[in-house]
Amino acid sequence: MEKEDLRKELKVSAIENGTVIDHIPSKSVFQVIKILNLTEYQNQLLIATNLDSQKMGKKGIIKVSNKFFKSDEINKIALVAPTATLIIIKNFEVIEKKKVEVPDYAENIVKCFNPNCITNNEEIVTKFTVIDKKELKLRCHYCEKITARNNIAFR
Amino acid sequence: MKNKSLVSINDFSREEHIRILELAGAFEKNPKQRILEDYVVATLFFEPSTRTRLSFESAATRLGAKVIGFTDSSSSSVQKGESLRDTILTVSNYCDIIVMRHPKEGSSRFASEVATVPVINAGDGANQHPTQTLLDMYSIRKTQGSLDNLNIAFVGDLKYGRTVHSLVHALCNYNTTFHFVSPLELKLPSAVKMDIKERNLVYHQSTDLLEVIEKVDILYMTRIQKERFSDPLDYEKVKNAYVLHNSMLDFAKPNLKILHPLPRVNEITTDVDNNPKAYYFTQALNGVYVRQALLASILGVVD
Ligand SMILES: [Zn+2]
Repeated sequence: MEKEDLRKELKVSAIENGTVIDHIPSKSVFQVIKILNLTEYQNQLLIATNLDSQKMGKKGIIKVSNKFFKSDEINKIALVAPTATLIIIKNFEVIEKKKVEVPDYAENIVKCFNPNCITNNEEIVTKFTVIDKKELKLRCHYCEKITARNNIAFR
Repeated sequence: MKNKSLVSINDFSREEHIRILELAGAFEKNPKQRILEDYVVATLFFEPSTRTRLSFESAATRLGAKVIGFTDSSSSSVQKGESLRDTILTVSNYCDIIVMRHPKEGSSRFASEVATVPVINAGDGANQHPTQTLLDMYSIRKTQGSLDNLNIAFVGDLKYGRTVHSLVHALCNYNTTFHFVSPLELKLPSAVKMDIKERNLVYHQSTDLLEVIEKVDILYMTRIQKERFSDPLDYEKVKNAYVLHNSMLDFAKPNLKILHPLPRVNEITTDVDNNPKAYYFTQALNGVYVRQALLASILGVVD
């Protein structure tokens, strides 16, 4: 690709206003889309995955035009994409960069690891309290068992 | 406590626990009071548990309430694929309070959120069985005069026994010194031990039942199930080490009482039954008074 074309390409994928979610683990890109309710999003939405990354090997990136997330909304993705970084863009300029933070509660994102939990046997919105953000331990509101990083699964 | 569901022992505060135990004491003195004549109690047993169901139904009936319900979900609409949500919503229309037992953990919490009447958890899988905990507390308080500053031994399966975990939690409010006696395979989970440490309470762990007996005020026995061992030989090795015989009680403290959540299999030999220290059948009877206290206070007919 010629340098000029490359620049054009980058320009197309840049957004004027909105949020860039970078450093998403490739396997989590579609979960992030689901968690943020972007499947029905009406504005420009750019999704790329399996991009080479020095830090992560492979990564995904999502650019959401004209959307500025509230922190409790965006922090939900920390459970599937703890490495994600956020770049807030206004008039093509980077206004703010920040990391996602693990939230205090998780509603309908995580699946309880306990097969005998009622939430795995009936149609119920799962609810968890995050009791350890660093080690990622979540207590199920229903069966009271702890789902931890090594057995976490998503709905 | 009016209209408050009891799903987990922690749903009630320490003060509320004590209030229930005091009320239970009043029902023990005067068990036949027809104060619930205008009320309907539904007992929904999605899995059979005759002992618990009879205790609740006895409690409700002695207070004059009508009891409706089912004892086994195979004969009900649940078998036809009805969701728990729909069953609870429907039954809520027919009663003033629901007592339920269900094989899935968290089912009772869910039911309490769906129901338009209060729910008492009579066991949800391996999770909670708060009325058992309250009747255990009642039995300890009654036999020792107080719940404070006691030495309490738990013996047998401390890993899977939910009654043990729940009672240990509750006793952490009373400066208890704990003695845990179990085979290594069935030791108390570290999460429960963490709770004890956080309260700065003392616990001892041992594999020797005999050496613990003389130190304690309460000996809480549980059954060791063969299925808990991956190697049947391991079970054979330990199965006789956690059986209580009458002769082992010779050096026990005079105030010692032996508790067991029942049913017993062989972990307490029958020669113990006539020893005044044996308390497990009275403990079961206490369950009726505690359940009377819960029904009456949740339905709001006593304060
Ligand atoms: Zn659960």
